[in-house]
Amino acid sequence: MSSLSRDEVANLARLARIEMSEEELVNLASEFTVILEAVARVQEVASADVAPTSHPLPLRNVFRPDVTKPSLTPEEALSGAPASEEQRFRVPQILGEEA
Amino acid sequence: MIRSSAVEMASALAKGEITSVALTQLHFDRIASVDTDVHAFLHLDTDGALAQAAAVDAKRAKGEKLSPLAGIPLALKDVLVQKGIPTTCGSKILEGWRPPYDSTVVTNLKNNDIIILGKTNMDEFAMGSSTENSAYGPTHNPWDLSRIPGGSGGGSAAALAAFEAPLAIGTDTGGSIRQPAAVTGTVGVKPTYGGVSRYGLVAFSSSLDQAGPCARTVLDTALLHEAIAGHDPRDSTSINAPVPNVVAAAKSGDVKGMKIGVVKELNGDGYQPGVRARFDESLELLAKAGAEIVEVSCPNFEYALAAYYLIAPSECSSNLARFDAMRYGLRVGDVDGASAEEVMNLTREVGFGREVKRRIILGTYALSSGYYDAYYGSAQKVRTLITQDFTSAFTKADVLVSPTCPTTAFKIGEKSNDPLAMYLNDIATIPVNMAGIGGMSLPSGVADEDGLPVGFQIMSPVMKDERMYLVGAALEAALLSKWGAPILSKAPSLGGLA
Repeated sequence: MSSLSRDEVANLARLARIEMSEEELVNLASEFTVILEAVARVQEVASADVAPTSHPLPLRNVFRPDVTKPSLTPEEALSGAPASEEQRFRVPQILGEEA
Repeated sequence: MIRSSAVEMASALAKGEITSVALTQLHFDRIASVDTDVHAFLHLDTDGALAQAAAVDAKRAKGEKLSPLAGIPLALKDVLVQKGIPTTCGSKILEGWRPPYDSTVVTNLKNNDIIILGKTNMDEFAMGSSTENSAYGPTHNPWDLSRIPGGSGGGSAAALAAFEAPLAIGTDTGGSIRQPAAVTGTVGVKPTYGGVSRYGLVAFSSSLDQAGPCARTVLDTALLHEAIAGHDPRDSTSINAPVPNVVAAAKSGDVKGMKIGVVKELNGDGYQPGVRARFDESLELLAKAGAEIVEVSCPNFEYALAAYYLIAPSECSSNLARFDAMRYGLRVGDVDGASAEEVMNLTREVGFGREVKRRIILGTYALSSGYYDAYYGSAQKVRTLITQDFTSAFTKADVLVSPTCPTTAFKIGEKSNDPLAMYLNDIATIPVNMAGIGGMSLPSGVADEDGLPVGFQIMSPVMKDERMYLVGAALEAALLSKWGAPILSKAPSLGGLA
């Protein structure tokens, strides 16, 4: 279990939306054999009676009064956009429809 | 003047011996003379800083009451956003991005009239222990330019050690403030999780990330800690309680009757002889100052590194999904007919470096169905066990101590092709982040075998940050009287006379 094939890495890269060269896939797969072996050690002590901790503080919802406050102008919000149009982010085609 | 502490600089400003504009300019001059070699900074805001300094000088001339660090220059890690100033996180994917708002840390710095000189280099998205993972080239350790300055906040620590700034801000997810402090002979504090707002801190691992103060003395660090800490309604994990009285503790340094617990598991095999020697010597000095040294055991710490390298990548794979080429940052391959998904894939391929991709893929794997329980779930259980170890140890001691890292600074390039060897740098610093408690590193001298600085780590319970400052101040004072001069006086002088 503590290893990953080139194809498994390719699938993870697809899920993470990162294009990868053949060389990167092969390198990562070989590095993962070592890394996974090391991190799998957590299973030695993670018995069923131990509760998981996701966060150092007890998290709870934080509420504030529903009052409108100044925020970014459309120009500021779009200031870093790679492309914008009519006060909106312009993005490439999202659905696989015909142009 | 640039070799003085921030407190000494503040006193000179108050007495009218120097203006903030002149002090700021002295630091820009120093940067111009040494930063070609050190490469601590990614961006300098010369005009903004000098304008801010002039405004502080005007306030002072009018007799306004100013904060203790008013007019003192600071270096800001490039992971905290500052309105209008490029923020890259050491990544190509954010090259040229200018954030439209200030992080709360920056707002607090500005409210305290602290002068922000510029942004410092770091491992990309704070992932690394050497600053070699920056897309903009490595930072060099002022003690030996062929060595790493630690990471991820190597730029901030190197700026302090090279006298390019007396104050700096870092962030610490697994040791990124403390390990750079240790290997550069400076002081760095990771406050209690939730003690300093994360609003405007570009997230790597949200349950572990914590911004904190860095400086050359314990008192300077405490003053900066006080300036940036406090409750922030814009961070839902910010603790709504008074800031621990760190400044009073740093001024007192009284450890009489305090119980200092030596963590048995964070020493011994794998720790360089010079690191161990300086650690033992520091313990003797603290005992002489009136503290009681006890040994404590934290048996689950040996699993902390493994758990960290599941939790942090898991959270990073989720946090870094925001870099999708749609709203800001790099966009690659946006040609006619290209889909959003193709553009994302290409942008993230080009925009992210090797270590970031490695961790995103590892996190994606650890969170995927079928493996979640075995990896991420188990790591979360280890986190519980580590927290229990701390809780139990803190019933026997007021603070816990260890060497900050197993070795002194290594050579640039030495570990860059061995991710596991690199990860081992953080073995003694990671448990603190897992439990959300406070941690400090301060210099304990230089190792006999290589003449390089060694760090001493102090860990304190949640929101008892003042305890690390008590112990840090006591040790700093004892070491200063032993050495006769600050440790940085042993570092080679760069760029001629300072």
